[in-house]
Amino acid sequence: MVLSSGILVLIQVAATFTFIALFTLWAVYAERKVSAWIQDRIGPMEVGPHGAFQTAADILKLILKESIIPAAAQPLLFIAAPIVIFVSVFAGYAALPVGPDIIASSFSVGVLYIIAIIAVDVIGLLSAGWGSSNKYALLGSVRAVAQMISYEIPTALIIIATVMMTGSLNLQVIALRQGIFSDVPVHLWGMMDITHVGGFLSWNIVRYPHLIPAFIIFFISTLAECNRAPFDLPEAESELVSGFHVEYSGYRFAVIFLAEYAKMLLVCLIGAILFFGGWNTPLPNIGSLSLAEWTSGTGTIAATLWGVCWLLLKGVLLILLQMWVRWTYPRLRMDQLTTLCWKYLIPGSILIFFLSGIIRLWEVGGL
Amino acid sequence: MTFDSIFQIAFFWFFAILGIAGGIGLITQKNPVMAALSLILNFFSIAGLYLSLQAEFLAVIQILVYAGAIMVLFLFVIMLLNMQDEQNQQFDVMKGLAFLLGLGFFGELLFVFNSFMGKSVSGAFPLGKVEPIGMQMMTNYLFPFEMISVVLLAALIGAIIIAKKHSYK
Repeated sequence: MVLSSGILVLIQVAATFTFIALFTLWAVYAERKVSAWIQDRIGPMEVGPHGAFQTAADILKLILKESIIPAAAQPLLFIAAPIVIFVSVFAGYAALPVGPDIIASSFSVGVLYIIAIIAVDVIGLLSAGWGSSNKYALLGSVRAVAQMISYEIPTALIIIATVMMTGSLNLQVIALRQGIFSDVPVHLWGMMDITHVGGFLSWNIVRYPHLIPAFIIFFISTLAECNRAPFDLPEAESELVSGFHVEYSGYRFAVIFLAEYAKMLLVCLIGAILFFGGWNTPLPNIGSLSLAEWTSGTGTIAATLWGVCWLLLKGVLLILLQMWVRWTYPRLRMDQLTTLCWKYLIPGSILIFFLSGIIRLWEVGGL
Repeated sequence: MTFDSIFQIAFFWFFAILGIAGGIGLITQKNPVMAALSLILNFFSIAGLYLSLQAEFLAVIQILVYAGAIMVLFLFVIMLLNMQDEQNQQFDVMKGLAFLLGLGFFGELLFVFNSFMGKSVSGAFPLGKVEPIGMQMMTNYLFPFEMISVVLLAALIGAIIIAKKHSYK
């Protein structure tokens, strides 16, 4: 009993880690191919068919390389920083419902936990920049922190708005209430009862049209939180060499890289769960054509596989959107970055927050 | 013994030792950045201890507010002000007074802890969950809750006015 529960926890951790590592291999390859296609190039073609093993070869090279600690660096901070950065993102996966029955920790305050634990990333970035004793690294990390702290505000406000609409802080319950297995009746635009129809009609973004601008704000601010272009000022190669991780090499650099892609996937999956029904199927029941019941379910292995596939499909589509944005828009200036956040996104998200409260009150009959 | 109870004990000792290590690091480190990072370690461990009391909301807020927001601000200020390492200083009257106060506080804590000795908290700690906190804030403590928001708003406006005054000079 003691051993079996302990081993189960270890298996969950190992499986999540393996998945993130494999995802990163795929995502880096996809990123290079997408950027190549957008710029009318062909991208990596040498290693494997169409260059499919290029990133595996790159990672192998990184791991085999010597990891140099600069003489001027503060060794403790320099070594601890990549670990803090990766662990804070990795810990966020603990409260993520991957399928109808798969969630590592069914934490009653899952969403808040993820917001809090991702914020710890900032401390890792600061210690990486400070510990490197390099002016480019320090400037990069100061920029990263200023950016992440300010963009956390609209992200959190929008997340709380969706939490208000679903009435739970647990991500599993939030996903559950956007499909045919909902424990409360699902209404479309506050009128029709569509609990048994399900599909894309019961997703938050369809049921509550005011969440469409909310999703746009969420998407922009999570881009900024992941330090992705057009918000890649902390890395800005042309001014800061490559920002806070300029002194990192070998496997320490690989860990920072892994954390970056793990964070991209995490925010995309959270977006998919909050707005696009999580593991719920997009196909609705139409009369006797019960597509929703055929392509989802609870309890069985087939149902779990359907759920995992739907969630990953939604997550990957959002990631491709992130990549599309990265290779389409030029980098913002620092003043444009702060203007966008404080003058547009935050007032916008406060407005959506307020609207959500009113709509919720109207729904439960308080107005 | 079940896995859960072994894990609970291991969990408690891990975070207790880590928390004390963080606290000792905070007062012994000469470098202000390292001291601030030790304080973050301490805050984290306390969040872990809250979790072991099943006070999930309290634990998450501890990380979000203290380890996340406040300590990042501290680190930022320390780094931007470029503070030097602490020098060895002479012992003076103020330090003696601080030492006595600290000793008194320590004795007080010992007294409080002794009254808890041998008693165990059974079941969940209801105050750390999100529903009871929300209920209390919106019913019994509505007025203090609204007062806090007014005070915070005043502080916000004050900060903006002070910042503006300097930029127009």
